[in-house]
Amino acid sequence: MAKLTFKEELCKGCGLCVNACPKKILTLSKTKLNAKGHAPVECEKPEECIGCASCAIMCPDCVITVER
Amino acid sequence: MQEKVLMKGNEAIAEAAILAGCRHYFGYPITPQTEVAAYMAKRMPKIGGTFLQAESEIAAINMVYGVASTGKRAMTSSSSPGISLKTEGISYLAGADLPALIVNVQRGGPGLGGIQPSQSDYFLATRGPGHGDFHVLVFAPSSVQEMADLTSLAFDLAEKYRMPAMLLADGTMGQMMEPVVLPEPTELTREKPWAVTGTKCAREHNIINSLYLSPQELERLNIERFERYKTIEATETRWESFMMDDAEICIVSCGITARVSRNAIVEARKQGIKVGMIRPITLWPFPEKPLLEAAEKVKAFVCVELNMGQMIQDVELAIKCRKPVSLCSRVGGMIPSPEEVLAAIKQANE
Amino acid sequence: MTVVFEKPKALTDAVLHYCPGCTHGIVHRLVAEAIDELGIEGRTIGIAPVGCAVMAYDYFACDMIEASHGRAPAVATGVKRSMPENIVFTYQGDGDLASIGLCETVSTAARGENITIIFINNAIYGMTGGQMAPTSLLGQVTQTSPYGRDPKTQGYPINICELLSSLDAPAYLERVTVNSVAHVRQAKKAIKKAFQNQVEGKGFSLVEVLSACPTNWGMTPQKALEWIDEKMIPRYPLGVYRDKED
Repeated sequence: MAKLTFKEELCKGCGLCVNACPKKILTLSKTKLNAKGHAPVECEKPEECIGCASCAIMCPDCVITVER
Repeated sequence: MQEKVLMKGNEAIAEAAILAGCRHYFGYPITPQTEVAAYMAKRMPKIGGTFLQAESEIAAINMVYGVASTGKRAMTSSSSPGISLKTEGISYLAGADLPALIVNVQRGGPGLGGIQPSQSDYFLATRGPGHGDFHVLVFAPSSVQEMADLTSLAFDLAEKYRMPAMLLADGTMGQMMEPVVLPEPTELTREKPWAVTGTKCAREHNIINSLYLSPQELERLNIERFERYKTIEATETRWESFMMDDAEICIVSCGITARVSRNAIVEARKQGIKVGMIRPITLWPFPEKPLLEAAEKVKAFVCVELNMGQMIQDVELAIKCRKPVSLCSRVGGMIPSPEEVLAAIKQANE
Repeated sequence: MTVVFEKPKALTDAVLHYCPGCTHGIVHRLVAEAIDELGIEGRTIGIAPVGCAVMAYDYFACDMIEASHGRAPAVATGVKRSMPENIVFTYQGDGDLASIGLCETVSTAARGENITIIFINNAIYGMTGGQMAPTSLLGQVTQTSPYGRDPKTQGYPINICELLSSLDAPAYLERVTVNSVAHVRQAKKAIKKAFQNQVEGKGFSLVEVLSACPTNWGMTPQKALEWIDEKMIPRYPLGVYRDKED
């Protein structure tokens, strides 16, 4: 059981987290933009998250908080 | 009354700095100021201070910037070519509103120039030595006693107004020996809430900085700084008047040439010429007021300096060109003799 | 549930101005994590460079100084001599540390000043829009090497860790990168050690971080991370170049 929280407004849509995720459950939003105009990261299958924090480790902008 | 000691000008600066509470000196060897570094190298380790021979003049001024950021008194010293290198750091000190003392024992230039005395960094010092709009306090000692006293004063005013100060001596002042009464040790009591000393996680972080990407903010800070300069001009201008009561000719000179001029004035008076001198002690702020007042009374000014005519521009501005100003100068390390100054006085008197 | 990963406290809430995918942000976080874990925020004084990281003074919650271009090690020397009990670090890029400030870098290392330097090597001048850096690779196309860096006219890249390892004084020199989770973990260890060394009075510690500049390299963020593996690491091998154990 793990939970990801995104500070969406800080996300620059670089996608480094998307590539780092071993479960491949992250994606850049296809439906919204944040105030800075970036497509922010989203978790498509939260129930599959293992809380490894790989995404957060690769995030340059401290967007992601990981709970386990 | 403290006893008099015989000291070289450069050594008097160093000891006065220590008495003023400076415990951090960073320098680089260059003639004719190296005695400051040598003196500090001997003394600082014995009083728990820092002497560090930096890898360059640039590094030295930036080490000063580091210490000044922590709120402590710091200084560097050099001579003209080295001061050129320090100007970047001086500009940053001014931009970050940091106090520090920079000693310039001037030698002839431009380029590598020579090692004999000069006052040819007058423009460099008084127009703000570095890029951007700013001033540094500039002091021009004319005796070994003043080398000591003005060092002490420079530290104090630099701190009071949060800006760099420059002791602008000519090579003669650095090298000559005279009896001097050293100043009393300064008690350092000023609070510096702006200094970076570690937040102790008990306050917001302090930032020492000169970068402002907002033009509105940068303009505001420049204007505020120049408001502070106005206060300094009104309250901290220093000069000495010599035989000015009945003078018809006014010599304007500082440093070694003021001493030569003094002899020439005494001789001219013997010959019946009414001549006096206004000797600027601060070059920035420049003593404009006494000069303008003198312009009401005298018929001419003679500016005696060791350059091709730099201070003369400030004299002309100060008196608003109301009276003729002539230049008596030698350069390249040459110093005018009292006879040369006397001749200039006579010419102005005609 | 407990929080296993969040923004370290030694970073302020200021929004980083770096481009998408720029790894400065990762390194900032690692520095802040090291400061948090060692419990030294209250006595740390950081020094920002000139370059992309110029505004690092807004991002670190400790006291900060902004230095002139390349002079951060000299400023750090002054701060450390004035405040020997404080922890002093500089954060500098390749133009700042390896070009205009190389004299200060080498001399500070040679004196063995007890400070910590975090050196970001991304083989390019980022802030000014992508000019050739002292660490740009042979053949690398930049604004000022439009035909590729040619050693005949533009010389060879400078390997800072190797250069400094010829000196006696440095206590610790390591080159790391942040282009994968495993590499970030290693970088974290190195950065923390570089601070720990200072706390223990071991002397000069420098960590060189091979970092990505997707914008000026003209690559996607992910491709830029791969470019570090393919091009940078062969020229700049990762590893420990000096580690004086006591």
